[in-house]
Amino acid sequence: MTLLEIDGLDIDFGRRRVPAVRDLSLRLEAGGRLGIIGESGSGKTVTALAVMGLLPENAHVRGSIRWQGTELLGLPERDLAALRGNAMSMVFQEPMTALDPTMRVGRQVAEAYLLHRGEATTPARERVLAMLAEVGLDDPERVADGYPHQLSGGQRQRVVMAMALVNSPDLVICDEPTTALDVTVQARVLATLDRVLDAERAACLFISHDLAVVSQVCEQVVVMLEGRIVEAGPVSELFGDPRHPYTAGLVATARLDLVEPGSRLPTVEDFYAERGTP
Amino acid sequence: MSEPLYRVDDLHRTYRNGGREVRALAGVDLALERGQRLGIVGESGSGKSTLIRLMAGLDRPTAGQVWFEGTRVDTLPERRLGFLRAEVQLVFQDPRSSLNPRMRVGDIITEPLRSRLVRRALPPDTDHRARLAEVLAAVDLPADAGDRFPHEFSGGQRQRIAIARALAPRPTVLIADEPVSALDVSVRAQVLNLLTDLVAARELTLVVVSHDLMVVRHLCDRLVVLQGGLVVEQGATAGVFAAPATGYTRSLLAAIPRIRS
Repeated sequence: MTLLEIDGLDIDFGRRRVPAVRDLSLRLEAGGRLGIIGESGSGKTVTALAVMGLLPENAHVRGSIRWQGTELLGLPERDLAALRGNAMSMVFQEPMTALDPTMRVGRQVAEAYLLHRGEATTPARERVLAMLAEVGLDDPERVADGYPHQLSGGQRQRVVMAMALVNSPDLVICDEPTTALDVTVQARVLATLDRVLDAERAACLFISHDLAVVSQVCEQVVVMLEGRIVEAGPVSELFGDPRHPYTAGLVATARLDLVEPGSRLPTVEDFYAERGTP
Repeated sequence: MSEPLYRVDDLHRTYRNGGREVRALAGVDLALERGQRLGIVGESGSGKSTLIRLMAGLDRPTAGQVWFEGTRVDTLPERRLGFLRAEVQLVFQDPRSSLNPRMRVGDIITEPLRSRLVRRALPPDTDHRARLAEVLAAVDLPADAGDRFPHEFSGGQRQRIAIARALAPRPTVLIADEPVSALDVSVRAQVLNLLTDLVAARELTLVVVSHDLMVVRHLCDRLVVLQGGLVVEQGATAGVFAAPATGYTRSLLAAIPRIRS
């Protein structure tokens, strides 16, 4: 059964019905990896929040989001809460805002675990330490007993990944998980994510504005522009032969390594001028 | 031998952070010739931003010297730094926070011209309106942009406004701190093209700080690699990319995300 199916999703905000997402459809199979690329305001994050049932109250949602065949739209909050953090979880861009600065790291990861297990099950600490080790933190005991501010940015993002993965979810939504990190740290965190997703057999919805980063993690990708999907397909095809002028512009800009330094870079506008607006 | 435009000698900067000493720069030497385009790369905490703040006279070193056009600037009192404030201009990473949201774009761009310090270093007959129109045209913004507020513009346009402001006092040196990092990928190319064109047309000396090595490769002919407040490698950009001399530079280059297909 398909893990996640979205059909004809429309999302507007507020009384003036400002459109955020238009007629969006996508499929994600169990264990699959789908990248969502687009710039700020294109509707990537709003789509992710809709799947998680985390949209603010002024959002108007139409269409269908099915989780293993069950319609999520209109599901009572109680049922959504049972899924959230358990069957599906989310990694946000800024780990410092995703973590509570006043709580020890181990307790925060344990909280996510116990929320869905109850206090009586297997000792949480064991599971937490194992998870911290799995996301590549060298000294899990010390990390667990420390506070977020004592960790580096990369370590914090690993902790957030541990929280997202501690309940062995079927789907992990990553929203720009490495954008705030240094390139060297980013490369290591992405490699870890790739490995842990495989080990946990979790599917991934990976949101990013960075084509190269998406290509490191995902097989399939959709490109969003102004709330709509303008292009979709396997990563290699889409990057090798982009159809939409916007995608062509994105790919050209992402390949700075292919152009002569100092030469004029092709812009998205150039491709619109060349190919016309589809 | 002629004096370089910028000379930085054995520069140290130590911050105190709640009793703990943080050494941001631990002895940096640097020479920058007029017309060069210098890229400064390194991870966060390597001292990149501290170095440009000291070069721009926005901060004072703990030890060492900064020379600009043969004048030692790190010891000059603020009231005598007007020439540096006019000749060296900065563009920051995030135009949302570097532009005052309550000021009209025209006032933002001409603000450097009205500064008491900078004014003295400029020709006395500088016509603000003419200068505004000229720099708006130079960054491809419409002539009426000056009457509007920053929030009415997109991220890429706001970075153009920041660049226009930097150009207003006709600087010799443009220092850009992560100029395209906060911009959407689709407008990055435009802003990079704009910077390339402006630097060539106005014969600017360019200093670019970035964690993105591909941006630095594109904009800069010289490269300095910082690690832990020290220069670990420097040279011609093409040379460093082709044959990095240190393991640290190699690891930075290896970490550049590439499209995997």
